[in-house]
Amino acid sequence: MGTATATELSFQARIDEGIKIEPKDAMPEGYRQTLIRQISQHAHSEIVGQLPEGNWIGRAPTLQRKAILLAKVQDEAGHGLYLYSAAETLGVSRHDLIADLLSGKAKYSSIFNYPTLTWADIGAIGWLVDGAAIMNQIPLCRCSYGPYARAMVRICKEESFHQRQGFDILRVLCRGTPAQKAMAQDALNRWWWPSLMMFGPPDEQSSHSAQSMQWKIKLVSNDGLRQKFVDQTVPQADFLGLRVPDAALQWNEERGHYDFGAIAWEEFHQVIRGHGPCNRDRLATRQQAHHEGAWVREALNAHARKQQEGAHAV
Amino acid sequence: MLFEIFIRSQHGLAHKHVGSLHAPDAALALANARDVYTRRHEGVSIWVVPSAAITASSPGDKEPLFEPANNKVYRHPGFYHVPPEVKNL
Amino acid sequence: MAAPAAFEFCLRLGDNDLILSQRLGEWCGRGPVLEEDLALTNVALDLLGQARLWLGHAAALEGRGRDEDQLAFLRDAGEFRNLLLVEQPNGDYAHTMVRQFYFDAWHLPLLEALGSASDPSLRDIAAKAVKEVAYHLQRSRDWVVRLGDGTEESHRRMQAAADQLWPYTGEMLAADAVEASLGEAGFDLEAVGVPWRQQVESTFARATLEVPAAGWMQRGGKQGVHSEKLGLLLAEMQFLQRAYPGAQW
Repeated sequence: MGTATATELSFQARIDEGIKIEPKDAMPEGYRQTLIRQISQHAHSEIVGQLPEGNWIGRAPTLQRKAILLAKVQDEAGHGLYLYSAAETLGVSRHDLIADLLSGKAKYSSIFNYPTLTWADIGAIGWLVDGAAIMNQIPLCRCSYGPYARAMVRICKEESFHQRQGFDILRVLCRGTPAQKAMAQDALNRWWWPSLMMFGPPDEQSSHSAQSMQWKIKLVSNDGLRQKFVDQTVPQADFLGLRVPDAALQWNEERGHYDFGAIAWEEFHQVIRGHGPCNRDRLATRQQAHHEGAWVREALNAHARKQQEGAHAV
Repeated sequence: MLFEIFIRSQHGLAHKHVGSLHAPDAALALANARDVYTRRHEGVSIWVVPSAAITASSPGDKEPLFEPANNKVYRHPGFYHVPPEVKNL
Repeated sequence: MAAPAAFEFCLRLGDNDLILSQRLGEWCGRGPVLEEDLALTNVALDLLGQARLWLGHAAALEGRGRDEDQLAFLRDAGEFRNLLLVEQPNGDYAHTMVRQFYFDAWHLPLLEALGSASDPSLRDIAAKAVKEVAYHLQRSRDWVVRLGDGTEESHRRMQAAADQLWPYTGEMLAADAVEASLGEAGFDLEAVGVPWRQQVESTFARATLEVPAAGWMQRGGKQGVHSEKLGLLLAEMQFLQRAYPGAQW
């Protein structure tokens, strides 16, 4: 690495001082590209994330649960929208970002490649997946890029009910019939480890972390967040009367944290590479929606053009 | 088309920029803005503006555009010492 | 309004909203544009909220201790009172928008007419719903025009949808004994047909669509004689409550 230029130094100084970077400000190309990748991945995750939960809207067991789930999935569409909007301030178009998603080139959070097999899974997603997401998102409210930080503030405000509704679903199941309690335990068994993987690879394997930390695009380390998540969530599992599927899980008095077992990173990498249980389905669903919607989008544009031409022709 | 969205959440406040969205024209942009940005009743008034219609100052302009304000510091009330015995000033 | 008739009537309104909401929910994550995914889900949510109010009131009128969920999840298809129109499958977006427009153009004047109902609960629920449905109609009307007068393909799809769903519109506008008895309570349900027709004609004109010719109308939904579609919809919707009877969720 060569010596930094004066521009790079003054840019870093702004970041160190906590001054937000705004659209059209001078910024290193690496900063811009890292942000585009990170924000768009986050946006894609929200959009794809509608699918595993959308799977149960039709089968929600009460009208109230159905309404709550509809509202949650709607929020997720909104979050995707805010994030595409933030990414576009960096000079990319939503059209190109979507094209990368549909071609399989762009990534989204690994967690959404797992299937929702029971109603308890909807509870587990709210509790664990949204819980992990919130943990990641709150620090990002302080990230250096203005539009991204502001989108995160908006998202965090809306997210608070998402985790609570998930936990509440499980709470009711756990005090219900034995079959319902077993449903809840089964969901935890399947969603626990993938949720831990959401925080990304261990810090020493994470190549971009150091630079992203310096640029305040990433504010807490992967392992740091993962540990915090475990520490926070295990007592919640205890409250529910559920057993975390980790034989090595144990409170460590010296460290003041839970020790937990080894994560199967090979599974994580396979899922990221496209070999998870639902990768193909998720992508196929998005591709189909996009393809079948083409005539609608064309019609909207055609109509708008006609109106404009009509307005000018007098 | 990309539209920038401005929301005034209460009477008496100013419109605030909240983000952007895509729509083929202003009418649909307005309808969409209601659904995207005021789901929790955060809107009393919505403005939608095509992004292309916005002319922005360039960040490097800060000095010529804003310097005159910076060196007329006597415009700021904090510049003046008001004796503590004097009320309502 | 006699109690059984009032119960039937609320069931019809609630079931319309519930089944249509269920259909709209199927579009989640599959819409043609992200902004539209959000907007359509909003309509689904509104209708679900209204369904809960109508079904809750129906249960109260019935007085047998049932609640909104028991009505929604434990009745078989023959006991549902929704219009055939709302149980039709989503099809393509043209189908979904035409179905919505035909329904909204009837739903709004119906709710407005309920403003003079003698039952205060009916009036209250209708008053709440009116604001939402005014917006729904604005939306669906706008979409009919945009897609009707868009491209040649969108126009073709819209005309096909308009023609295919037309036979389900008669049921909305023809009052039966239940609705006739409401007339005695001070408001006129048949009158809803007039603004409906005006709305359809003026909107289709702007959309460059032909209003389908008068023909045979399908009927039976309001009496519990449904299409094959409803059974499948309910099998999905009611599954958990049927598989785990008596459980709390």
